[in-house]
Amino acid sequence: MSDHRNTKIPAKVVPQAPDRKPSPEARAWEVRTLGPALVNSPERQKEFTTISGHPIRLLYTEADLANWDAKSQLAHPGEPPYTRGIHATMHRGRLWTMRQFAGFGTAEDTNERFRYLLTHGQTGLSTAFDLPTLMGYDSDHPLSEGEVGKCGVAISSLADMEVLFDQIPLSEVTTSMTINSPAPVIWAMYLAVAEKQGAEWKKISGTLQNDILKEYIAQKEYIYPPEPSMRLVVDTFEFAVKHTPKFNPISISGYHIREAGSTAIQELAFTLRDGMEYIEWALRRGLQIDDFAPQLSFFFNAHSDFFEEIAKYRAARRIWYKAMTERYGAKNPRSCALRFHTQTAGCSLTAQQPFNNVVRTALQALSAVLGGTQSLHTNSLDEAWALPTEFAATIALRTQQIIAHETGVTNTVDPLAGSYFVESLTNEVEAGAWDYIKKIDAMGGMVTAIERSYPQREIAEASYRYQQSLDKKEKIMVGVNDFISEEKPLEILQIDETVAHRQAARLKKLRAERSQSEVDRTLVALKRAAESYHKSTPSPSSSKEGLSHQNLMPHIYDAVKSYATLGEICDAMRVVFGTYEETAVT
Amino acid sequence: MPEKKIRVLIAKPGLDGHDRGAKVIARALRDAGMEVIYTGLRQTPEMIASAAVQEDVNVIGLSILSGAHNTICPQIMKLLHEKGMDDVTVLVGGIIPEADIPALKQAGIAEIFLPGTSTQSIVDFIQKKHAA
Repeated sequence: MSDHRNTKIPAKVVPQAPDRKPSPEARAWEVRTLGPALVNSPERQKEFTTISGHPIRLLYTEADLANWDAKSQLAHPGEPPYTRGIHATMHRGRLWTMRQFAGFGTAEDTNERFRYLLTHGQTGLSTAFDLPTLMGYDSDHPLSEGEVGKCGVAISSLADMEVLFDQIPLSEVTTSMTINSPAPVIWAMYLAVAEKQGAEWKKISGTLQNDILKEYIAQKEYIYPPEPSMRLVVDTFEFAVKHTPKFNPISISGYHIREAGSTAIQELAFTLRDGMEYIEWALRRGLQIDDFAPQLSFFFNAHSDFFEEIAKYRAARRIWYKAMTERYGAKNPRSCALRFHTQTAGCSLTAQQPFNNVVRTALQALSAVLGGTQSLHTNSLDEAWALPTEFAATIALRTQQIIAHETGVTNTVDPLAGSYFVESLTNEVEAGAWDYIKKIDAMGGMVTAIERSYPQREIAEASYRYQQSLDKKEKIMVGVNDFISEEKPLEILQIDETVAHRQAARLKKLRAERSQSEVDRTLVALKRAAESYHKSTPSPSSSKEGLSHQNLMPHIYDAVKSYATLGEICDAMRVVFGTYEETAVT
Repeated sequence: MPEKKIRVLIAKPGLDGHDRGAKVIARALRDAGMEVIYTGLRQTPEMIASAAVQEDVNVIGLSILSGAHNTICPQIMKLLHEKGMDDVTVLVGGIIPEADIPALKQAGIAEIFLPGTSTQSIVDFIQKKHAA
């Protein structure tokens, strides 16, 4: 037997925080067992980090939780600070909503896919719009050329929306709509369809993405400058409180921030600080925190670093609870419990060996489930190439069903609680996020930080670092920078230009058949309201409908009902608000 | 006399705002010693061709993820030809189905870089093409 008592442990293997005090037993183990093991089989890498570059230790013990208080930091599910989940029974009571994002071609094409997904056990709808719709242009606008129906469904007017939800009872399904700058217009179309179907607004439920801040930060699909955009968002909050108490007027999104290349901590911090920014703007309008905060929802990414993601979701709930109670004095528990949707990471999908993406997606989805998600979208294997085929989309849905019904992970609530590692990482992710939140506070808030390109620059740095680590093979993507093999091309969904032609023909017919004088009247009224709104400062004064006098939702609703097009309505506001151009950071 | 730097225009045509790839490439080419101009978002073919002339670039890198490449690329190539920019190397990076690649090359695109390409291989391609 070799004498290992004098073996020195390389210091970097067990980095010691200054206040970390391993027990005598742990120290003895390091000398007795770890030291010789490291000599006999050195570690594979100089350092181990998460996909975000966060350092991870060889072993976590009670020494890592010395200052951790289970009573206040963990507590119980359904109770503050909600680390263990927002419901007492979590997925034992109700599974998450399986909500597959879908949309392509014309409204008819997507309506067919929606009905297919519903008959295959999907439990909620989620609508992807094409780029012209996302940017507030009609399908026949010159800038729409080549883009109609490509990244989602083309919706240019209420007539398209009626087709999109044909034979789908809006009183029964919940619908998520991924739309941001034109969100008030698309939402008005949805409400108009609900009204036509006889579905009561008070009963319909769903979620509007409507998160403009992350557009400036990450996805860049904005129309107007931040100030009028933020006021439009607050208009939707106010309208939702009054008319659609079960509808989430916003889904405050980290997903796109992560896709743009941020770290997990940045995703969490920027998203929650965005949430705080919306709250502050709504409070300035005169809304009461506990009236609107229960309708705020969140949307996070599920990336590939399993435990980092789980820590992120748990930390998110804890930060939000603290912010809501301490910063905004919320009293209603529903204001303080962070509800979120998750989508697996599109940017982690590889074009190479695409069937491997099924495995990636399954593991990512599992982290979201273990992290306590309320709803989930799993990506399809072919999405590094195109929008998914029906075949690929079905496997993605089946992946969720396998997790829900075969793995047993739903049998108990927050099964990872109390793990030295998971609790430590949750603490570290939380601390890292608070550092960012405080930095942004010091700048004067998120709108100012965006105008200074602060979050944009932090994300660009992180994404460049990650790309370099791939190029140097410090991080491995299977099939991309290692384990490469020959493969056959995949069969993918192709959207051709006939979609654009069908849309253009439909718009031509619509413009010929609608009452132009009614369209003109509603658009002029909207423009006038926008003008007075643009000049006025937000004030709590309210009109007879119980909304602030400057709320544009009723005017947008009227315009939509007159079959004014999305482009016409957005143009009416473009004229008043102007458009935004960013300072590009490279 | 100092060696003349390769001048590259990185452009994002179309309505898409996903600029992660464009920014990473801009920075990688700059780090490799090239002169890089980034146009910013939502550039029309006309804006891109004019910028290429104005900046007198050797290379144009188009980042397209939206599926609009079959419409956008031929328009840009036609405008470049009209402006006498036939010797500029035009590259495309993004989500391009393999079936579309032959037609894009036929239209004059020098190379198409798909997801997963290392930045070094793009640097190498440009340097080889513009050596000496």
